[in-house]
Amino acid sequence: MKQLQAILRQYGILLGFAAVIVALSILSPSFLTSRNLLNLVRQTSVHGIMAVGMTFVILSGGIDLSVGSLLALTGVFCASLERSGVPLPVVVTATLLLGAAVGAANGVVITKGRVTPFVVTLGSMSMLRGFAHIYTDGQPISGFSQAFRWIGSGEILRIPVPVILLLAVTGVAAFVLRRTVMGRYTYAIGSNAVATRLAGVSVDPYQCAAYVICGTTSALGALVLTSRLNAAESVAGTGYELDVIASVVIGGTSLMGGRGSVWGTLIGALLIGAINNGMNLLMIPSYYQLVVKGAIIVAAVLVDRFRASDLS
Amino acid sequence: MIRLRPTCCTLAALIAALAVLPAGCQPQKEKNDRPMIGLAVPSLTHPFFIHLKNNVMDEAGKLGVEVVAADAEDVAARQMSIVEDFIARGVDGVLISPIGADALVPAIEALNQAGIPVATLDRKVSGGEVLVHVGADNVEGGRVAARYIIERLGGKGNILQLEGTPGASPAIDRKKGFEEEIAKTPMKIVASQPADFMRAKGQSVMENLLQVHEDFQAVYAANDEMMLGALEAMQAKKIEPGRVVTLGYDAIPDALRYLKEGRLDATIEQFPGKQARTALQLLVAFLRDGKKPEKAEVYIQPVVIDSKHLDQAEQK
Repeated sequence: MKQLQAILRQYGILLGFAAVIVALSILSPSFLTSRNLLNLVRQTSVHGIMAVGMTFVILSGGIDLSVGSLLALTGVFCASLERSGVPLPVVVTATLLLGAAVGAANGVVITKGRVTPFVVTLGSMSMLRGFAHIYTDGQPISGFSQAFRWIGSGEILRIPVPVILLLAVTGVAAFVLRRTVMGRYTYAIGSNAVATRLAGVSVDPYQCAAYVICGTTSALGALVLTSRLNAAESVAGTGYELDVIASVVIGGTSLMGGRGSVWGTLIGALLIGAINNGMNLLMIPSYYQLVVKGAIIVAAVLVDRFRASDLS
Repeated sequence: MIRLRPTCCTLAALIAALAVLPAGCQPQKEKNDRPMIGLAVPSLTHPFFIHLKNNVMDEAGKLGVEVVAADAEDVAARQMSIVEDFIARGVDGVLISPIGADALVPAIEALNQAGIPVATLDRKVSGGEVLVHVGADNVEGGRVAARYIIERLGGKGNILQLEGTPGASPAIDRKKGFEEEIAKTPMKIVASQPADFMRAKGQSVMENLLQVHEDFQAVYAANDEMMLGALEAMQAKKIEPGRVVTLGYDAIPDALRYLKEGRLDATIEQFPGKQARTALQLLVAFLRDGKKPEKAEVYIQPVVIDSKHLDQAEQK
């Protein structure tokens, strides 16, 4: 019984997601077409990839508010490298390394400095945005090579590259969280960091690793966004941290840490994407969109919670 | 208590020193021949306000006045203290683009009380006494945009509209003027959706609209950023440039580049630089000769920039 409840708690959000999909399919004939569904997943890819990294951080009991600013900084960084003719593999590697390095910096200050993640990443959120403005002087960088544009707009077997990246990142993350020591420790630290430490686990490196992963996925999101948009701007990603954190939480991961999964996060991100897409298709007027979006998010989570508590 | 006393003494001494300092340090004014103007724009990191500042600085050089600029980082309270600093410093006039129409009223009133004339630029305030407001009429800009599309399409066809951030005044005004003119023709706005003035959002909203709409002849976006995002979405859908009329707003450098490449049809120019120069000229004229502006509000007429009129653009 307990197991069933746990499964439902984890997958209950699927019911909310299914409800939204069914409702949108009935309301708009264009919604449930393979063309639009691919379009929807492609649009979700940037938030989704970032949300996978954020899942590690939240599972470990932390939070990272700097992801939107890091997206902007790594975005303008890869754009300027690309514009100066650096080969694609180098651009990609350097960008991912920059993301990882910023994540590591966040992690080190949090673990060694013993400062709450909220404060540290609030600070880096502002600093990274500042660096992005300084780096570009506020001007957009645009116009990239075909090779670079393939990351955001290419296809493999008719499936958009960003979608493949999103699924690959989610798959790898799910494996790491379920099957590796690092993944299990991430859950353990999020459940009870003190107990984990007393059990003889060196907590700091694992906690730090969560921020490194989060930084890397932000950088990957930046590569996809920059390539797809054919431009990078220092104002990009403003407010993304909220949508990314919302995806994780809607996906059933506890903000207190220790409970949740990346597959839930994927559904959470797709749910937010489906709402945005559906409102455009249904031509809902702008002021109502804000209300509808918020209401559906709360309703979806409520469905999840009711299903879970029915069984107890 | 005993321990507190030295601190109190130091504080008192500091306050006394501070009270004396401004008076002592105040620059000698030469009967307003080379007046000092305080410039308070919402932000000095946003390209739009950098453009405003550069034009004010350039015009100040021509007029032979001194301008001090301060960055309010988009925080109304910070802009308020910047104005207070200007008063303490003894500036002769203030040029302000207020962050909030209501929030900056106390700042304007403080300037009134200190007898320092103030002109508003680009954005207005809802109270206090202002020498002159120089700005853009976004409703008129929306009308100009509509007339361009009506002319290009001969008054027939379907339009997709990308709106700005819901509730923001330029978003409301640019939409209002546009829809007002279109309503006079048989043309139809088949979809109108917000993309929050952001390029990435313009792209995804356009992708979504393209799932439903095939029969449209024009796209109007309330700023260039959204339009450029929409153009990427259209290109991915193999909608060739020239097949539909595309019109942005603001004439930013990136949009002018798209225009030169033939990927964008037109954009609306509101001449923010000219607005800034005009406001400074009026303020300085008042300081030097006591000449009041003829009108309390000066609006610069927005124009359409297409490939034939690129030379009219301010940021070319």
